Amino acid sequence: MTLPSPLLFLILVPVLAAGLIILGANARRTAVFAAGLNLAFFGALMAFFKPAELGFQFFSTAPVVPQLGISFTLGADGLSMVMLFLSTAVTLAAVWVAREPAENASWFYASLMFISAGVIGAFASVDLMFFYMFHELALIPTFLLIGIWGSGDRQAAAWKATVYLATGSFILLLGIIGLYLIQPVELRTFDLRKIIEMADTGTIPDSPVVYLLLLVGFGILVSLFPFHTWAPQAYACAPAPASMLHAGVLKKFGLYGLIRIAAPVLPESIQQFMPLLLALLVGNILYVGYVTIAQRKLDLMLGYSSVMHMGYIFLGFAALNEISLTGSSLMLLSHGLTVAALFALAGEIRERTGTLDFAELGGIARATPRLGLAFGFAAMASVGLPGFLGFASELMVFFGAFVGGQSLMGAAGGQEIFKFNAFQIATICAVWGIVISAIYMLRAYRRIFMGPLPERWSGLADLSGLPRAAVVLLLGVMLVFGFFPQILVNLVTPALLLP
Amino acid sequence: MIPPVALEVCVVCLGIFLLMAEAFSFKTNKATLGQGAIFGLLCIFALTFAIDPNNPVMQSSGFYVVDPLSLFFKRFALLSTILVLVLALDYLPVVRRLVPGETAEAGTGEFFVLPVFTCAGLMWMASAADFIVIFCALELVTISLYIQVAYMRRSLASLEAGTKFLILGALSTGFFVYGITWIFGMTGQTNLAAIQQALAIVPAASQPAILFGFGLVLIALGFKIAAVPFQFWVPDVYQGAPTPITAYLAVASKAAGFLILIRVLEPFFTVVAFQEKILLVLVVLAALTLIFGNLAALPQSNFKRLLGYSSIAHAGYLLVGLAAIGDAFAGRAVVFYLCGYLLMTFVAFLVLVPVAKASGGDDISDFNGLARRSPGLAFAMLIAASSLAGVPFTIGFFGKFFIFEAAMNQGLYLLVIIGVITVASGFYYYLKVVRAMYWQPAADGAAAVEVGALSKLAIFLGAALIIALGIAPQLLIAILP
Repeated sequence: MTLPSPLLFLILVPVLAAGLIILGANARRTAVFAAGLNLAFFGALMAFFKPAELGFQFFSTAPVVPQLGISFTLGADGLSMVMLFLSTAVTLAAVWVAREPAENASWFYASLMFISAGVIGAFASVDLMFFYMFHELALIPTFLLIGIWGSGDRQAAAWKATVYLATGSFILLLGIIGLYLIQPVELRTFDLRKIIEMADTGTIPDSPVVYLLLLVGFGILVSLFPFHTWAPQAYACAPAPASMLHAGVLKKFGLYGLIRIAAPVLPESIQQFMPLLLALLVGNILYVGYVTIAQRKLDLMLGYSSVMHMGYIFLGFAALNEISLTGSSLMLLSHGLTVAALFALAGEIRERTGTLDFAELGGIARATPRLGLAFGFAAMASVGLPGFLGFASELMVFFGAFVGGQSLMGAAGGQEIFKFNAFQIATICAVWGIVISAIYMLRAYRRIFMGPLPERWSGLADLSGLPRAAVVLLLGVMLVFGFFPQILVNLVTPALLLP
Repeated sequence: MIPPVALEVCVVCLGIFLLMAEAFSFKTNKATLGQGAIFGLLCIFALTFAIDPNNPVMQSSGFYVVDPLSLFFKRFALLSTILVLVLALDYLPVVRRLVPGETAEAGTGEFFVLPVFTCAGLMWMASAADFIVIFCALELVTISLYIQVAYMRRSLASLEAGTKFLILGALSTGFFVYGITWIFGMTGQTNLAAIQQALAIVPAASQPAILFGFGLVLIALGFKIAAVPFQFWVPDVYQGAPTPITAYLAVASKAAGFLILIRVLEPFFTVVAFQEKILLVLVVLAALTLIFGNLAALPQSNFKRLLGYSSIAHAGYLLVGLAAIGDAFAGRAVVFYLCGYLLMTFVAFLVLVPVAKASGGDDISDFNGLARRSPGLAFAMLIAASSLAGVPFTIGFFGKFFIFEAAMNQGLYLLVIIGVITVASGFYYYLKVVRAMYWQPAADGAAAVEVGALSKLAIFLGAALIIALGIAPQLLIAILP
């Protein structure tokens, strides 16, 4: 038993806020206050964080089920701090963007707060059980958010997402139990630090079955091709703040878990299943990319594009070297911020026009120049234009992935050999993916914002107030880190603990 | 220190006293009887803490064991009976309507007294260490339950349920007695400990006969715990029985079945030649129960029937735990799961009774818009449904987790994979209730649902315990036998 970690405060603030909201406090004000407080508190924590130090800081642990080695262990290293920043920032943006629903506002904000508590808890947990459990905390609130306040075919979307996610998370649970059972009997624990320690000393055998369970479990949660079909529909139907939190933060949980758990503990199995993973992630990038181009509605297009971008992060993970993993970690942040900004803007457009169908929209940048500008920025950030964090992270992933695997280039027997290995082929496909994303983003921009302004949209109000602040917050962070990615690299790289 | 048997004696005396009181004094206000029964059982519950669980005198008697496990199950039985009585108090108007009598109150008194006798049977069963005693206790429980299931004589569904329960119950009793006869014929013993000794020296030639007898006993217990393929009676009986009795059947009767199963398995499991065969049977039973219970629950639209199928499904998870009994933690995992099951099922029933009373039916659609009508009730139901489905931070999640952990440790991978698939379908049918409460608008003119003070307290405590034990399961594990 140690002193409770300050990270506990980060988790408790949204939980308490949700409790107060359910008990009757002013829903919107409480949520905005709690989210702001949390971001400020995170800033304070960051000031005390020592990037040079290895291992988890703000550490605290309390036994929960000692017989099975489960403990409530909190701690953060550079990678978790980046993810915590993403969680707190997107939470604040989401509650800023949220329009108070006509009835039952309290459940709406309480659900958002529970999702926020869940993601913060997951990223602050060092114990695998709690890491897993906190992620699941978001399941029921998401079901409610999509089902009650969603748009379009919301009920089908909510069912599909919930059943998919529940299945995925129970497969993941089996993977985590498997990881527990392959440890030597007397040392069994769910504590990630001890597991990594054991992996370093070779006490844990590298089990392909466990890796496969983790890959499929996490893969379903991250919408890895071909388990991605729940995601686009759910994001398209969910209210904007829910999509922001879910696509921006919650979905990163799976990749974070793979980088955190699988990369240091099961490197050989990753190598073994590398061809499979490469095939799937190329499916993510190319197949889903082309599906994205075919979309005729902005919300579905954004849903598919967020699935597509997961492919890049998987590529960085599969290559399993320092540059590629750093790139993947950075992309977790950059994609989270971008997709949150895009969903926020899409929500703003829907709020004003009542539709996101490309055929009905057009020319609205003349009525809403700031909205158009912001969307342009966000679209470019999503494509990976230099100057945004997306560019830096994609570049690192591509560089890392291109040198991944056994090189087939060089000279042998006096002859020059020039052959691509699987990683290089996948990287080339991924680079083509950038072209695909440029195609659909620019097309969307043209169809929504360019052209003559139809009469019916001439009276649209421009982006203003808190929603504008939210978009500025998200895009500002993207730009700052886009110019100074080294800040993040210094934070993340020591945390990756390469084998 | 009081003698351990005093508990059962007290419960029976309480029952007789209540019967007398009903006959001679409380002619009009039968609810007082229920409150009196709850109070009396609470006192006996407190009394259980004055019992020494390692009493050497009673250990040697041979047919009545006193150990931490039996004491734990006695508390379990007392607690579930108390909750059944709380439900029954809320359910009283329905009983009044459906029981013919000269006055409105006539014939409703036994509704509060019979569960007390059932409770005595359950408690006796917890300590039974001899097939004959097990049989008697089982009959005390079952026969009193026959009456309770068919209690509402004006309701055709209740009568039908009673008949089905009676016929299939009698059939299972037949299996049980026949099985005991075979085992007795081969070993010359009915006492479980003596059987264990006899099995060690029994010639190999008579082993098939013993296994046959054991198989018959297993079939009989399969009826009690509603394992597939012995589950036919469950949906109809659960739907037709008075709701408090449905809860009783779903929780206490099932838990008692599992306790007997654990006790009976023990001596037979020590014979190496039997182990593999028994395990195979348990694995097959568990797999069938999981698949059938969960898949059949998917299309249900009646909430009571849904809970009936869900109770079959939960029996499946418990059987997975039993099949993994070789694991050091599996026994506690099963008991932990049962406790979680008690909490979440009773919270669901405690919410169901007033809702059904207000809207006149127990379909899932009767929950429509409950979150707008009675947010507190809806929230409690949300917690119970999440826990039944196995969402983390509820006791239901840890129950499933412990069982899966034990099963994987024992290498029962097939069962675990089936379990994961069925958990996913569980999410679907439990969330159907959540959908009705939160997504659907309320029916026109539907007002807030009224709940009795006692039920309110029970719902609140139950929901709070589900969450508390979902965060800190050690609180419960520490007191498990």
